Amino acid sequence: MSHVAQVNLKKLKPYGDIMDDGTIQVAFTLPVEPSPEAREAALILCQKMGLEQIKIATMEKAADGFALFVVYGNLKHTVDYTQIKVLKVEAQKRSRDEIDEIIKTQIGRKLVVLGACTGYDAHTVGIDAIMNMKGFAGDYGLERYQWLDARNLGAQVLNEEILKLAVQEKADAILVSKVVTQHNIHQKDMKDLMKRADQLGLTEKIIFVAGGPRVTHPMALECGFDAGFGVGTKPSEVASYIVDEFLRRKNKGAQGASGKSEVIQEDGAKRAAKGRSKKAKKKGRK
Amino acid sequence: MAHLALDKQVVNRCRDLALKIAGPIEGLIATHTTVAIERATLRLLGVEGAVKHAGQWFPEVNVIVEDLRKEGVLGSGVLWWFVNGMIQEKMTASELASAVAQRKIRLTQLPEASADELTKKARDLCQRAIDLLVERRKQRDALRAQLKDPFDPEGKNGPLLYVIVATGNIYEDAIQGRAAAQAGADAIAVIRSTAQSLLDYVPHGATTEGFGGTYATQENFKIMREALDEEGRKLGRYIRLTNYCSGLCMPEIAALGAMERLDFLLNDAMYGILFRDINMKRTLVDQHFSRRIIALSKIVIHTGEDNYLTTADAVENGHQVLASQFINERFALHAKMSEDLMGLGHAQEMDPEHPNVFLLEIARAQMTRDIFPKSPIKFMPPTRHKCGDIFYSHLMDAMFNFVGVLTGQTIQLLGMPTEAMHTPLLQDRWMSIKNAKYIFNGAKDLGSEIAYRPGGMIEKWADKVLGETLSHLEMIEKKGLFRAIEERAFAEVSRKETGGKGFDGVIGRAPGYLNPFFDLL
Repeated sequence: MSHVAQVNLKKLKPYGDIMDDGTIQVAFTLPVEPSPEAREAALILCQKMGLEQIKIATMEKAADGFALFVVYGNLKHTVDYTQIKVLKVEAQKRSRDEIDEIIKTQIGRKLVVLGACTGYDAHTVGIDAIMNMKGFAGDYGLERYQWLDARNLGAQVLNEEILKLAVQEKADAILVSKVVTQHNIHQKDMKDLMKRADQLGLTEKIIFVAGGPRVTHPMALECGFDAGFGVGTKPSEVASYIVDEFLRRKNKGAQGASGKSEVIQEDGAKRAAKGRSKKAKKKGRK
Repeated sequence: MAHLALDKQVVNRCRDLALKIAGPIEGLIATHTTVAIERATLRLLGVEGAVKHAGQWFPEVNVIVEDLRKEGVLGSGVLWWFVNGMIQEKMTASELASAVAQRKIRLTQLPEASADELTKKARDLCQRAIDLLVERRKQRDALRAQLKDPFDPEGKNGPLLYVIVATGNIYEDAIQGRAAAQAGADAIAVIRSTAQSLLDYVPHGATTEGFGGTYATQENFKIMREALDEEGRKLGRYIRLTNYCSGLCMPEIAALGAMERLDFLLNDAMYGILFRDINMKRTLVDQHFSRRIIALSKIVIHTGEDNYLTTADAVENGHQVLASQFINERFALHAKMSEDLMGLGHAQEMDPEHPNVFLLEIARAQMTRDIFPKSPIKFMPPTRHKCGDIFYSHLMDAMFNFVGVLTGQTIQLLGMPTEAMHTPLLQDRWMSIKNAKYIFNGAKDLGSEIAYRPGGMIEKWADKVLGETLSHLEMIEKKGLFRAIEERAFAEVSRKETGGKGFDGVIGRAPGYLNPFFDLL
């Protein structure tokens, strides 16, 4: 018999060293001088966050007129873990050889993939890790795939430029990396790209993939993309998704009108996000 | 301080190769100008106004230079036309600039003064501009002397604590910069709004909106300088101000930095080519004029070799960094800069899980220190292998600080626990400064207490990197710099000679090209 309480997924809480103690740490700065009043203000704010048994671990003077706090407390709130649904990219895990083999046998031509940091974004670390030969964490980049024609366009590529090139080169997929996120510029840029793609009738022809430290799959869907990948994504995961999605679309096309709408409805339900459902509807009308 | 036993002959051979590599480029520099050099020239003469076009402010210098370029007469130098205008219209530089920018006067349609008269007047104007820059430099030096100034190019006082601010709002930046100085920072950089490097003009006035940073403008420089001077006086410690002298407006930023008393400028002979896809010729011609101004104002530059290690593997590419440092050093010498102004950059970017990673990092850092003993070495923190685990990141920064103090680095850009998440918050910076102060103090003289084991892992790694650097420079020298860059000599990036942004702003000098700054600087 276990002498410790088991986790209650219906009422999940943070764990410190005893089940359901709810212990969390918070650090923040208040724009006032350190003082007993500042400490009290921090305490009250933490109470409002839902903390109990609050311990102000430290109050430091970070600068004239700024007090920094590190706080521990026990969170009152719980969450029902069993009710959580998260949109995830659907793709199988495969090796580079497996992916090349699928493209060779099931598609029979190279898939054209364009990658870029778009808009004002000049941070190519992410797109380089995915696209360049060398890859990332021992996983080779898309340029290394025999059956991918992968081209890294680099930084600060305008949305209209990448779409123009995509049409010219008959791209099958576009990878967009967004690193700079101040004022949500990444989302604005992503939505702008999809608006332009929609106007050009490219959303069905091309698979749109976003990546970046602040990119999530649901966020990418909301911006009208087909998939979003966050930090730590390996090139083979992206390649595998592209192949899966390409085949999904190809098969949909082959199934004819009635089968198609069925698949799309299923799609629409699965992908509740706004931008995506709009796109799915449009597909249904066609 | 412990030193590595490096093969001096190999080092000398590398320097010879850098000289040969830069040779053909120096020919290019002597026969060309750029729109940015011409604009910087006008700015040095005090032209700083702007005109409104379609709701946006454009600098007068852009209107003037662009008109001449379109007419195909910029090869004579903007001063040829502009100084003639001043003579004919009997106007000051700023009066004439505003009349031309408002299209009240066309410079090419005026009667022409004699070449002698033009040259003499231009020379007088340029000399006055230089006197002004020297005056600004003296003011800066006086303030440094008056306050405590911990900076020593050779790194003998321990690494300088250098942090960035990047709120997008210059007034908020001033608050953040002051806070950092209070916490112990010695130098503050205001990160530029992303992609400012690709604007072919310098924005005008104080700015409160930016993306990933704050626009570099003359007014913003002033606001920040004032704030840091005031804070420095309060703290009894001189606080250095840094900005970015790169991109399409490199020479103009150098001019503005000199006028507004900046201390550090990020300036690299090749960075724009590789990482911003700016045309090679444009960048190489621009960097020269920028550095001539920088040399006069005794601003310390920071070169950008750290970027090679963020885009390519840091364990494998140490030789690219060193090769580029030799080339940067050569171009800087050509622009009359002294070694104590060359902040040669590198970074601690190796995979933290690589076996004995600190030994390799120490080898690279010590090697850089020992090969450029008089230069202020600029050491950049881990970024590539950082993620949202701020606790681990903080630890990585601690080890970076340890390597920095051990190997006598001069300028240490402090890493942030929240690197790869957001531009630093006040508390992030405070944590980083506390981290650095702790380690810089605790290991202050460790470097003088140890010796590197002859034939040991550290020495061998440094030898290996130096050897690879020599081969790399030999390859570049054989191919020529342009072809070498095209064939991915640096950072695995390929650029073409006529590709990239700003190529149409490179102009062959016409016979009689007039720009006395080239003689006077």
